[in-house]
Amino acid sequence: MGSIFNLQQIINGIQIGSIYALISIGYTLVYGIIQLINFAHGDFYMVGAYAAYFAVMFSAARKEHPNVLIVLLISMTAGAIVAFLSNRIAYRPLRYKPRLSALITAIGVSMFLEYTSSAIPAIGPSYRAFPQSALIPEHTYKIGHAILSNYQIVNVSVAVVLMVVLTYIVQYTRIGMAMRASAQDKDAARLMGIDIEYIIDFTFIIGGALAGAAGLLTGITYPRINPYMGIIPGLKAFIAAVLGGIGSVPGAMLGSYILGFSEVFGMAINSILGEGIAYAILILVLIFLPQGLLGKKTGEKV
Amino acid sequence: MKGKETVQNKKIPLFKKRDFQLLVGTVIFWAIFYTLTKFGMMNLYWMHIINVSLIYVILTTSLNLINGFSGQFSIGHMGFAAVGAYTSATLTTIVWNLPSHGVGPFSLFILSVILGGIAAAFIGFLIGLPTLRLRGDYLAIVTLAFGEIIRVTINSIKFVGGPRGIPGIPRFSSFTVIVIFTFLSVIVLRNIIYSSIGRALLSIREDEVASELVGVHTTYYKVLGFTVGAFFAGIGGALLAHLIQYINPLQFGFMATIYVLIMVYIGGVGSLSGSIVAAIGITFLSEGLRLGLDKLDQVTPFHVGPEWRMVIFSVLLVATMLYKTNGLMGDMEFKVLIPEEEDENAKHGA
Amino acid sequence: MKRRKTFAVLVSLLLVVALFGTVLTGCSSKTANNNGGSAQKTESKPILIGGVAPVTGPAATYGKSTKQGYEMALEEWNAKGGVLGRKVKLVFEDDKADPTEAANAFSKLINDNHVVAIVGSVTSSCSLAGAPIAQRAGVPMITPTSTNPKVTQVGDYIFRACFIDPFQGTVAAKFVFNNLKARKAGVIYDIGQDYNTGLAEFFKKEFESLGGKIVAYEGYPDGTTDFNTQLTKIIDAKPDVIYSPNYYNDDGLIAKQARTLGFTGPIVGGDGWDSPDLFKIGGDAVNNCYFTNHFSKDSKDPKVQAFVKKYTEKYGEAPDALAALGYDAMNIMLTAIQNAGSTDGAKIKDALKNIDYQGVTGHIKFDKDRNPVKSAVIIKIENGKQTYVTTINP
Repeated sequence: MGSIFNLQQIINGIQIGSIYALISIGYTLVYGIIQLINFAHGDFYMVGAYAAYFAVMFSAARKEHPNVLIVLLISMTAGAIVAFLSNRIAYRPLRYKPRLSALITAIGVSMFLEYTSSAIPAIGPSYRAFPQSALIPEHTYKIGHAILSNYQIVNVSVAVVLMVVLTYIVQYTRIGMAMRASAQDKDAARLMGIDIEYIIDFTFIIGGALAGAAGLLTGITYPRINPYMGIIPGLKAFIAAVLGGIGSVPGAMLGSYILGFSEVFGMAINSILGEGIAYAILILVLIFLPQGLLGKKTGEKV
Repeated sequence: MKGKETVQNKKIPLFKKRDFQLLVGTVIFWAIFYTLTKFGMMNLYWMHIINVSLIYVILTTSLNLINGFSGQFSIGHMGFAAVGAYTSATLTTIVWNLPSHGVGPFSLFILSVILGGIAAAFIGFLIGLPTLRLRGDYLAIVTLAFGEIIRVTINSIKFVGGPRGIPGIPRFSSFTVIVIFTFLSVIVLRNIIYSSIGRALLSIREDEVASELVGVHTTYYKVLGFTVGAFFAGIGGALLAHLIQYINPLQFGFMATIYVLIMVYIGGVGSLSGSIVAAIGITFLSEGLRLGLDKLDQVTPFHVGPEWRMVIFSVLLVATMLYKTNGLMGDMEFKVLIPEEEDENAKHGA
Repeated sequence: MKRRKTFAVLVSLLLVVALFGTVLTGCSSKTANNNGGSAQKTESKPILIGGVAPVTGPAATYGKSTKQGYEMALEEWNAKGGVLGRKVKLVFEDDKADPTEAANAFSKLINDNHVVAIVGSVTSSCSLAGAPIAQRAGVPMITPTSTNPKVTQVGDYIFRACFIDPFQGTVAAKFVFNNLKARKAGVIYDIGQDYNTGLAEFFKKEFESLGGKIVAYEGYPDGTTDFNTQLTKIIDAKPDVIYSPNYYNDDGLIAKQARTLGFTGPIVGGDGWDSPDLFKIGGDAVNNCYFTNHFSKDSKDPKVQAFVKKYTEKYGEAPDALAALGYDAMNIMLTAIQNAGSTDGAKIKDALKNIDYQGVTGHIKFDKDRNPVKSAVIIKIENGKQTYVTTINP
């Protein structure tokens, strides 16, 4: 049992959970306001990773040392732009239509982003090695028997900082208040003079930026990217968001870490069935807490 | 396929005219393609695509029963297809060891397909019972998780080949077999939808609390609908296994379910006709794009490779959804799929 | 009401038209074929070869290399004047690494394009779905990279250019036990893929029968990027060697994460390792690693040298194992057509059976199960370079 519940596996769980958290927050923000499961969210993350890749390659070609913060900014911007455009083109025309129509366009957008990147020769379907050491060289630290790398520290700290900033925006700024008001009741919010479409654009931009940041972090930590890299993390982040109670930002964070840990421990117990164990934990949680961990108990509309 | 003449306000007829029309239509459809194939005048590629598209009709209509008519949101449908496919293929290929060219005892094959459906229904029942009290996206996640658990479990069973799948499955799914199963599935699903069960499911979709209050046993009907949907998914999976002659767990993953989900929503939620149109239409579209790209590659000076096929597909998907928000058919039905007794109610749609 | 009716009629009409359209295509292409058959002297028409590989979807990266291999071989033949005096043309279809799509693609190539032979597909699952169609139609097929032994068992028209699972796993186990003198091994493999699972299983079997001990046998699902959980478990069991029979993109990450976790011993893999991207992803971590392969890039063989040089010039990247196998598979098929002197399926099949071909992935002859009889080379990775260690004969 030593190799299952030890410090190293806890570190692994935190690491995986942090990446999921950054993606799932975007999911949950968008969901909270327009009740859309944005399947393309994982692909915003892919776009962020590629933006970072090209930024680093560009500065490497000019023999400059890339600045990490600028690269982070670039990938966040790229994620935000793609999110903004998909909202305007594919989701906005369906705003007051059946909810699930927008789900299908979201799947369409996701497929479009994946297959187009794969078809364009400049990107192509092959894996690309992310120039991690050009950005941050690796160091490792030993804590007892466990080993911690600086990538993991960067990951977790960037994730935590972004989550704190986000919580501040949502809880303490005017636009955050408008977001929460729109999530509560769109019609009432509109009557109060809130420009709902502006708020939705803003939400997509924040969600896309966080996904872009996650893309960069993944690129640094796991140095390979390809156009389909967003599918599985996107799916996992969606699961994490629902697990935490979809629409709730702290819920998404909590859900991500729980999912991260259940995956790690599932794999550690039996790696062949590990994925199944993680899903089983998820099902059990939802059967006993049908609204997710921190989801609002929505009153039945009779 | 087509039913134009209808006599309104008639008493319930002795034999149901539309059922008869549907049957005749199907027989004509079958006879045309069967004869063409027999005389070698039919392109076998398109015959294969017709077969695949009819199997997708079964998968799509059965998912529509769950997602469209009872308003649940299941995204683990191919998990049930996997159970059906693996059950029947294990029986025919591993247990009974029938020869792979598919001229063995036919009744055993039919038995295996039915057992596949029953196994899928059983799993559907087991999953539905504890989970169907969840709503909306929470249910979606749980069905997704169960679908993946089914896949992971099959993947770890050595007896059925694990990730290597089952090769050499006998080719029993002929055009005739598929047409018969598709016809029966559609008829049974239609009859369920227009029965008291269907009414109960519709009332649950429209307002679960209200239907509970007027005495509809909501859990019972939801689980029933889910089980029936799973049964037909199992049938579809079993037929697919005996058409492609090979199955592996990856084939029934999440993306496969998404594909069927697209068909349901493009066709129209709550419209069997829509599901039929979309299942056939999308299968043909996705194959037609192969030929389209071949042509495009010949006429345009620059190289248009097959990697653009899915790009065009996704653009068409988004465009269709933006243009026809409620799907191609909305919640309308072909008249031939509405029982005569329903004509007074038909104004309200299905 | 009215709108609905018109719409319903419209849709049904469309369907009918679409279905009849297909019948007509069926008729016309059939007649086209008959014409081609009766008028034997259509020498000017190119010989059509079907190619299948996944070029979309998560396996697209493997399909891309393989396809480039097909294309390069074909171009060389055409530059030399074609096969049987006719140009050869590749009709290529994508299968998305999905068996259903593969069946569709094979069916299209055979029944719609009327190709004389098929080279493909990449994954064993797709080849297993396509092979019965080729076998029924009597169209010879060679898969460049499908390692599952069952593929060629489908029928006598089905051949392959690569090793089968048992061979590479067994060779690796012998090498690890005899040459590296390791007695404890850990295994990490992708549980979703048959190639990886197959190699892992046969490695385990052989290594244990030699007297070694498998101290950890860990799987991971498709699309994993963080292997720390599995590696933590493996490294805690203190193996001398880690066997990682996966594709280069996973192997690079696995090596990297294993080194970070403090593992210094050799990591051993299969031909999936052979890609220039392995070094880019894995960096220094892939030093002191070994893998079994078909050929060594620094081999003195002029054929290999020419291939590597030409491929790199043409595509701007060094060839990986998949590209080399795609190139060889296409060459074998075209050589067989040339030897058969005909585009008749049965004759090509017979020519394939008796082929004796020196390719970049080794000297190829087929055994009675239509698998190639060729030896494996062991490659060591040191400082970003592949160096030849030894050859192990079957």
